[in-house]
Amino acid sequence: MSTPANTATTNPTRRPFFRRRKTDPFTGPQAPKIDYKDVRLLQRFISERGKIVPSRITAVSVKNQRALAKAIKRARFLALLPYVIA
Amino acid sequence: MPFYEHVFVARQDATPQAVETLTEEIKGILEANGGKLASQENWGVRTLAYRIKKNRKGHFVLLNIDAPSKAVQEMERLQKINEDILRFMTVRVEAFEEGPSAMMKARDRDERRREFGDRDGGFGGGFGGGRDRDRGDRGDRGDRPPRRDRDEAPRSFEGGAA
Repeated sequence: MSTPANTATTNPTRRPFFRRRKTDPFTGPQAPKIDYKDVRLLQRFISERGKIVPSRITAVSVKNQRALAKAIKRARFLALLPYVIA
Repeated sequence: MPFYEHVFVARQDATPQAVETLTEEIKGILEANGGKLASQENWGVRTLAYRIKKNRKGHFVLLNIDAPSKAVQEMERLQKINEDILRFMTVRVEAFEEGPSAMMKARDRDERRREFGDRDGGFGGGFGGGRDRDRGDRGDRGDRPPRRDRDEAPRSFEGGAA
């Protein structure tokens, strides 16, 4: 990713689509802890069909995505979350 | 002794007292094998996300266990035999969580919400709504490379052979 200062020199016009890089929801001072018991939290990271949402959409870091996937799978086993929503 | 978090789900038509005695039994098993129950939390009857042995609901109990693995193995062996228990899971943890677990906190919040007459959505994640079911947004495509200056390089179709 090029910095804004850099693009200003190479490209006089503004970039057409610039979306701010989203940050990992699980880092930072008030970040929630990934826990299989926190169904409310986990529900935000599953799709309408019950699949785990890829981290490229949710911006969760690789390490946290692994922990999140594990937590979701544990919650599924306990029937706190569905495997599929038909 | 290692710490374990243990959750079990009991049949929906077991009475709350039956669940209570079940918990006591488990406690007895652990103590007989040299372990102890650090704390317990009853989540009450919850709707299961899918049916287990024809049950749509179940009593959930969370136990924080401090016991040798032998005791846990014995407890799990007896739980497998017990027909009132639909499911159980034991997870080893480094330390127990302090205070009520996320589940209890969420329930407190729910009750407060319900007072305001808020509707309960149920499942249905926040991401990738509509359209192609599960493949919603493909995400950021990244930036376009900077455009070439208009008269920097000759256009191939204009040039031709002289």
